[in-house]
Amino acid sequence: MWGRLSWQAIPWEQPLPLAASAVVALALGAVLVWVVVKGHLPYVWHEWLSSVDHKRIGVMYIVLALLMLLRGFSDAVLMRAQQAVALNAPGFLPPEHFNQVFSAHGTMMIFFVAMPFMIGLMNYVVPLQLGVRDVAFPTLNSVGFWLTATGALLVNISLVVGEFARTGWLPYPPLSELTYSPGVGVDYYLWALQISGVGTLLSGINLVTTVLKVRAPGMQYLRMPMFCWTTLASNLLIVAAFPILTATLAMLLLDRYLGFHFFTNEAGGNMMMFMNLIWAWGHPEVYILILPAFGVFSEVISTFSHKPLFGYRSMVLATMAICILSFMVWLHHFFTMGAGADVNAIFGIATMVIAVPTGVKIFNWLFTMYGGRIVFATPILWSLAFMTTFVVGGMTGVLLAVPPADFVLHNSLFLVAHFHNMVIPGVLFGAFAGYTYWFPKAFGFRLHEGLGKAAFWCWVIGFYLAFMPLYGLGLMGMTRRMQHYDDPTWRPWLLVAAGGVALIAVGIALQVAQLVVSIRHRQALHDETGDPWNGRSLEWSTPSPPPLFNFAVLPDVEGEDAYWHIKQRAREQNQPRKEVDYRDIHMPRNSATGFICAFFATVMGFALIWHIWWLVAAAFVGAFATFVVFAWRDVHEHLIPAARVADIDREHRDRVASGGNPRSVALRPSA
Amino acid sequence: MTTTDATLAHPAGRPHEGTATRTHAHATERSSGVPHGASTRIVVAYGFWIFLISDIILFAAFFASYAVLSDNTAGGPAGRDLFEVNTVALETACLLTSTLFCGLAGIGANARHGRLFYGAMAVTFVLGAAFVGIELHEFATLIERGAGPQRSAFLSAFFALIGCHGLHVTAGLLWLLTMMAQIYAKGYRDDILRRMLCFSLFWHTLDIVWVALFSLVYLVGVAK
Repeated sequence: MWGRLSWQAIPWEQPLPLAASAVVALALGAVLVWVVVKGHLPYVWHEWLSSVDHKRIGVMYIVLALLMLLRGFSDAVLMRAQQAVALNAPGFLPPEHFNQVFSAHGTMMIFFVAMPFMIGLMNYVVPLQLGVRDVAFPTLNSVGFWLTATGALLVNISLVVGEFARTGWLPYPPLSELTYSPGVGVDYYLWALQISGVGTLLSGINLVTTVLKVRAPGMQYLRMPMFCWTTLASNLLIVAAFPILTATLAMLLLDRYLGFHFFTNEAGGNMMMFMNLIWAWGHPEVYILILPAFGVFSEVISTFSHKPLFGYRSMVLATMAICILSFMVWLHHFFTMGAGADVNAIFGIATMVIAVPTGVKIFNWLFTMYGGRIVFATPILWSLAFMTTFVVGGMTGVLLAVPPADFVLHNSLFLVAHFHNMVIPGVLFGAFAGYTYWFPKAFGFRLHEGLGKAAFWCWVIGFYLAFMPLYGLGLMGMTRRMQHYDDPTWRPWLLVAAGGVALIAVGIALQVAQLVVSIRHRQALHDETGDPWNGRSLEWSTPSPPPLFNFAVLPDVEGEDAYWHIKQRAREQNQPRKEVDYRDIHMPRNSATGFICAFFATVMGFALIWHIWWLVAAAFVGAFATFVVFAWRDVHEHLIPAARVADIDREHRDRVASGGNPRSVALRPSA
Repeated sequence: MTTTDATLAHPAGRPHEGTATRTHAHATERSSGVPHGASTRIVVAYGFWIFLISDIILFAAFFASYAVLSDNTAGGPAGRDLFEVNTVALETACLLTSTLFCGLAGIGANARHGRLFYGAMAVTFVLGAAFVGIELHEFATLIERGAGPQRSAFLSAFFALIGCHGLHVTAGLLWLLTMMAQIYAKGYRDDILRRMLCFSLFWHTLDIVWVALFSLVYLVGVAK
């Protein structure tokens, strides 16, 4: 009846995960009770869970990412603490648990922190920057988000029911094959990623179509803000790379569930094919994550330097070059496979070539700042820390791209230091910059600057303390993923690294405090005009938060930095407010499809993991029925009457006109 | 978050009275600011093309694994010992003919010609189901002869590649029935015709993939 599931699946003998999950479950339960008791359930359901508004979905993606960041970071704390004490000692994490912790850490951080954070930012910002009212496929967008959430949920369920993979964040065979990983850990990993991977693919298709086909009048390709370009590149990579992940994981599932021999030791299986396939997805994946962050930095640096982005066209070219080159370097993840000197040399050179467009970008950002009136707000601090730190990581990357050096450094902590040195400043700092930058747009008030800066310094110094020692440890010969070790010379450096993680923990605590304090002082931090930073792109022309329909009248774009020019012209001409011709607006109706579909996907994933076949069939029928019900509905859109649109828009214009912001006063229409 | 948004999501007068035609007149002139007059039909078809590209990449990964593993027979049978080209040719004929009828169904739907639409869809279904039936029979025969996917990496890759296509066709059959039911229940609405267009694109893509499968797996396999 229940497949492999029994009461033994709950790890009673491991108090740590159980206690942690109990706390999380209590917190979630408390929130749920509060929502229901206070009568917020209809609001939460109609405005968030069933919303197909790209802004709401974007915010939900980022909330998911922030929550999972806490989970992934607690795994990091466990690892650093374990290695700080495990000199000639077992430490406090038994090996099989330690292995789950590092596997979960990587899986969480890449798939359920970095991905949703970036997709959330793209979802929120891109339609606003393009000057349109929604993405191309709003309901599909909601389905994509909820499937991502399903994946995150399944990984977290593995804490309490069963176990997680012990194979690392990429389940290399033959370790991940049934022979060596007979438990459900790898199955949790595989089904969680298959389901969330479908969600990511849907989101990629949606955003590609949006950028290419749904833009405001006059928004030509070379007038799009840089963030839209990097979104396009990143989502093209999603469309091209995620099917490879799906196929690869499907092959591993066939091996595990039906006794196929894709990657097994016996019967002609080829485990190196797994490395090739997974990195044919995996290397584009790092650019999927970092390209949107490059877009954020471009927006932030240009806005806070009060200058147009230097070398806009070369930036576009560099972005698209990275988009293509990212598919040509996958083999550098396993030079030690032994493909031979020629193959390794080609991939080593390709890897170094990809540093060229990245260098172009760095110089463009530097020249954007050069001669600008720079305001050192939190978002640009993140950008500056990114540039300096990322260059260090880039150079160690070029070092690793030299195959003979890679043979020495492969799988050492040098590698761990390198990729954290790319992903933390590149992706996470970009995410934080975007979070601080667009927060007032999303919620109508700014984040507290002082706490933001304090968190920033803790993060940056903590990062250097935590990861620079790992470069040294790698050169000293320490390999990654060690549960214990016997070399006393490593100990001091591991203690420094643990200190760095502690400082990062302070930074995270300060970020939580920043959010709480900002919410409490939201009146003082209120953004009256919708343009708190004197921005350049169209999202800043809307009120904060923007109305459901984003733009009362679609903007007419006449050049790059569309909103900047609108403001300039208004200032120069001081023209009276034009009477606007408001029309009825049709917006897509809410749909529970995404939420219900994700419910069935969760049940189906869980049932597949535990081999409960009748439940798999039932959940599949449920999911299919959900889509049929959606397909059967007659009314897709609801109407916002012109009078209502006019009221909202005039209210905003009046607020801008009377706002205390001196910049806005200059824009005050004389009418 | 904002009271304005909260009220907007629930306007007092939802257009419940909106009949199919009315809603879709709105849908086609969607106010989402589509540039250069790109209609919903174009946006939907474009998005579906992007999906099809991703699907073709999925097949490419299975093709690549088949190319890598096709000689790893582990002492078991190879393609030339197993493939019966005549049966597969019949299978191919079924699928290609079904696509012809799928195209006719699309014409029928656009012309709102009920008999042509339902008739052509029914033939498409029968031919597609015959294709899946022959494939399942082939799989059953192979497994019976001890040449199942567990036998060797070559057979694993073979079953996965062909099976992946077969699953797509099966999903397409389910979609086909849903489309017929939708047109029956709702009529030739714009949004349903757009779905019909997507279905047609999907079915044609499966054809293209099958042509590659037939040539690269079966014909090359027999010749080797």
